[in-house]
Amino acid sequence: MSALTGDVGSDGATHWHEERRAIVVNAIGVGVAVAAYGVSFGAISVTGGLSVLQTQLLSALMFTGGSQFALVGVLIAGGGAISAVATSVMLGFRNAFYALAMAPVLQVRGVRRLIAAQLTIDESTAMAVGRAVEHDGGRAARLAFWATGLSVFVFWNLATVAGAVGAHALGDPKLWGLDAAIPAGFIALVWPRLNDRRSWAIGLCAAAVALALTPLLRPGVPVLLTSVVAVVAGVLAVRTKAGS
Amino acid sequence: MSTTWWAVIIATLGCYAAKLGGHSVPEHVLERPLVRQISDALPIALLMALVAVQTFAVGQTLVLDARAAGLAAAIVALLLRAPFLVVVIVAAATAAAVRHLGWAV
Repeated sequence: MSALTGDVGSDGATHWHEERRAIVVNAIGVGVAVAAYGVSFGAISVTGGLSVLQTQLLSALMFTGGSQFALVGVLIAGGGAISAVATSVMLGFRNAFYALAMAPVLQVRGVRRLIAAQLTIDESTAMAVGRAVEHDGGRAARLAFWATGLSVFVFWNLATVAGAVGAHALGDPKLWGLDAAIPAGFIALVWPRLNDRRSWAIGLCAAAVALALTPLLRPGVPVLLTSVVAVVAGVLAVRTKAGS
Repeated sequence: MSTTWWAVIIATLGCYAAKLGGHSVPEHVLERPLVRQISDALPIALLMALVAVQTFAVGQTLVLDARAAGLAAAIVALLLRAPFLVVVIVAAATAAAVRHLGWAV
């Protein structure tokens, strides 16, 4: 082993130095990109009636954008706390699968696992899983996860403060089209997942169900009930595979 | 404590439990095909439902207002492979412009 590392010594070190630099630069880039979204989250949440403290705690402690927007969006729309919580937590459930993928790469226990769990989100997982674990034992993947997670955490929270505190200066959020920023954020979040005919069918079906139920049920409940669409799609997929 | 506070706290705990659960449970619990399939479909269904409702509903009433123009602009931006930030800004600016011009409320 020592002979082997001796052979590739300087080359390997230089390569790792460059790769490490690229990973950190990317991580900061992702952080800056989510910051804009964080500003709109802070502004929308506060103009919608949540306090600056509540808004900030969501960014620091919940720290998963889709769920934060879902909670705030349903509350602002008058959907009630139960629908808001259920939609938010169901959206956050995907992070459990990210964690499942990251756990063998990160190999963390104790406090570090508690911190790693908090940083397990779309961005950190996406940056880490793109890196092959085989050739370097997961070193690059681990750095990508921690660097991206921490970068997004810092930028997301700073942006939330800016948006939440600046919201009062904005006045009417509709004047700036901030109410249109919410669905735009959601469509941008779901866009990469709409990569085949089946996912489009699930998405459009859910949208149609939600709109059809809107006049009949309290705000928030129609969105929640579209989880049935996901269950049906899941059962159908498993049956089709078992049948083929 | 207000209802909003309870919602913030419970949803936060729920979201963290999902993250920590994935790091802690044995793989086979979540790796069952049906659980996998449903949880792949769940974000798509919920996010698209949120897109629809947040664009076309005010309370229990369906409406067509400036937000629809914003969403259309966002989709165009996504088709042009614009980054997240640009998509959100384009949508907000479009809705604001449409309102400013008096074409929609």
